[in-house]
Amino acid sequence: MAKHPTPMLDELEKGPWPSFVSDIKQECDNRAKNPKGLDYQIPAECPDDLLGILELSYHEGETHWKHGGIVGVFGYGGGVIGRYCDQPEKFPGVAHFHTVRLAQPAAKYYTAEYLEAICDIWDLRGSGLTNMHGSTGDIVLLGTQTPQLEEIFFEMTHKLSTDLGGSGSNLRTPESCLGISRCEFACYDSQLMCYQLTQDYQDELHRPAFPYKFKFKFDACPNGCVASIARSDFSVIGTWKDDIKIDQEAVKAYVGGEFKPNGGAHAGRDWGKFDIEAEVVGLCPTACMTYESGKLSIDNKNCTRCMHCINTMPRALKIGDERGASILVGAKAPVLDGAQMGSLLIPFIAAEEPFDEVKEVIENIWEWWMEEGKNRERLGETMKRVGFQKLLEVTGTKAVPQHVSEPRHNPYIFFKEEEVPGGWTRDIADYRKRHMR
Amino acid sequence: MAFISSGYNPDKPMENRITDIGPRKFSEFFPPVIAKNAGNWDYHEILEPGILVHVAKNGDKVFTVRCGAARLMSTSHIREICEIANKHCGGYLRFTTRNNVEFMVDNEASLKALVDDLKSRKFAGGSFKFPIGGTGASISNIVHTQGWIHCHTPATDASGPVKVVMDELFEEFTNMRLPAIVRVSLACCINMCGAVHCSDIGLVGIHRKPPMIDHENLANLCEIPLAVAACPTAAVKPVTVEVNGQKVKSVAINNDRCMYCGNCYTMCPALPLSDGPGDGIAIMVGGKISNRINVPSFSKVVVAFVPNEPPRWPTMAKIVKKIVEVYAADARKYERIGDWIHRIGWETFYEKTGLEFTHHCIDDFRDPAYYTWRQTTQFKFTSHLD
Repeated sequence: MAKHPTPMLDELEKGPWPSFVSDIKQECDNRAKNPKGLDYQIPAECPDDLLGILELSYHEGETHWKHGGIVGVFGYGGGVIGRYCDQPEKFPGVAHFHTVRLAQPAAKYYTAEYLEAICDIWDLRGSGLTNMHGSTGDIVLLGTQTPQLEEIFFEMTHKLSTDLGGSGSNLRTPESCLGISRCEFACYDSQLMCYQLTQDYQDELHRPAFPYKFKFKFDACPNGCVASIARSDFSVIGTWKDDIKIDQEAVKAYVGGEFKPNGGAHAGRDWGKFDIEAEVVGLCPTACMTYESGKLSIDNKNCTRCMHCINTMPRALKIGDERGASILVGAKAPVLDGAQMGSLLIPFIAAEEPFDEVKEVIENIWEWWMEEGKNRERLGETMKRVGFQKLLEVTGTKAVPQHVSEPRHNPYIFFKEEEVPGGWTRDIADYRKRHMR
Repeated sequence: MAFISSGYNPDKPMENRITDIGPRKFSEFFPPVIAKNAGNWDYHEILEPGILVHVAKNGDKVFTVRCGAARLMSTSHIREICEIANKHCGGYLRFTTRNNVEFMVDNEASLKALVDDLKSRKFAGGSFKFPIGGTGASISNIVHTQGWIHCHTPATDASGPVKVVMDELFEEFTNMRLPAIVRVSLACCINMCGAVHCSDIGLVGIHRKPPMIDHENLANLCEIPLAVAACPTAAVKPVTVEVNGQKVKSVAINNDRCMYCGNCYTMCPALPLSDGPGDGIAIMVGGKISNRINVPSFSKVVVAFVPNEPPRWPTMAKIVKKIVEVYAADARKYERIGDWIHRIGWETFYEKTGLEFTHHCIDDFRDPAYYTWRQTTQFKFTSHLD
């Protein structure tokens, strides 16, 4: 029997898509039955109370969660988000309901054994509810109480060799696409770079010392499956320098209809026979392809590696062999000064272990941003305020046309004094000898 | 309840303490076929919606079954996922960036058993536990935020509207009949914990009322200079007010300048702004993050406000479905929603979808606004000019 009636939420059990309401109810039942005889360390009925307080929000159209309090584990400045509800008498099970962020393995491969071990700890010491996963990438454990935090941390680190993720003004939990592990488009080992940099910057992740949050994300190709270009302050996107490799026989097989274009992605509708001219050559953004007498040619000098032809004919076209990555910086969501996309800083950089070249760029940016950035100012906002040139300067990067979509629209140029012959110090008396007042 | 110690000693917090170890290394969790062939994949194909095969240069194959999931997930459900992985996949699985679960097997016989098993599982309420789809020219799972379930600043719920939209678009998850992929995201406020700002369809919770001021408690709860500095439009200023005959320090808000971002509330709990009828959802379209054909772009606000209508947000769901239907019927193969609108023009988009264009959709926030006004004589004569 449900603890709170939830007529509104019950409507969300209908329809084909997996219902989170049904799932929470299943958790309520399982905790009530308690088949393993656990001595629950927080109230067993907290999922019931979560449904109850959510139902209240559904009636009122307003949240019942208060600002996070300062809670956490000793020595860390992040990883736990304090959460208290504003109706503790009605819903005592969620009166204190803190979130714990756990560092996920890059690209979220798991063994059942590992996940079950997390569930064992979380059933005993938390609500039994999670997010798989948070937007940034962490395993999010939703809802526990303050005395359990050190215990959870101790068990996660001792039993599962798993650390907390980031929160607050620090390096947030990095994430990558699955890269070379299961993708033929990967231009570098995005998981390895993600893992290595996460390990190398543990101090920055756990102990907030930045003006605001800082996110790393690693996409192994320009398709961008982890959306690094839109949502990470530091986005590493795989690319290549040399030629796209063409298998002309396989091209013929696509043209002849033996191979499904785009890996079969359009199979659900009859789009007609595959037309290499219209679907590949004609859609190339730089018009650098031709298909003549059954032979596909690419003017690689003019290719900007958008991935369309490779995505469309993956068996015929392969990424080049001289591989590396582009670095784009400053992406963020709208709050506060509007959304920003990552801006290209390093067009091409080596992306091999131990990733020293990439780390040098990161550390130069941090050193500058920690000095220059205002409180709660994302890197992209600092860049907008101070100018892209400053970023080039602090990272020792030469300005190149690749840095802009077009040159500036105005002649208000901040020249450096040393760029102007004779500098800025002039003698007015001397000037007056030539120009009367 | 008796307190069960993990072994942690609060008197000696540093004793046996393990810190700064980060995540487990990803490669520990690779299924054998992945561990063997990482870096040596040749090509992939989508066998049917939700089922992929990746073929290695040596001929090895890995079959992946992608299943939708609610990202708010109980340990009971995770244990069921683990049970399936143990039964069919040697105990391995993965999750995707878009909250899907992926089960992998290395032969076709196992694939069939896995798929049959997944299709058979339903929640008590009747919904699928593991709908298969989300590949190719489809609508994959929605990236989203916490909403009313666990956040202090939302202007709408997240899990509920996501469930509603995915119910509405379910056929597009399980089929691959759209002109291109359509990425839908939802953020319950403009903080946007998800990448809603670059989605084909972005749903964003917005407030519409300036904060209330809890004068009596403000000075105790907040650092006034931080609350003042938090405002991006300089609408907050420090003042002294009289409360119960006492002069107290507080703030004043210039309501005409407020854009309801809630940043002051984040800094100062005495400035709450959520409001039942005031809050709702803005609908954005035409963004993307992929570099394919056209460059990444931001989503644009096409509907300034849809009221919160729990539990099933019918107005919002209807608009989203309409946009998808018109796009599906009108766009060319490979065109993302943004590409399609770019070709036909925004006036035509509004005409075809029947959405009302209002002054709210004209940008007036800072410099980028100017670049969104039309500076050409090129436009189309649509019903808007009749």
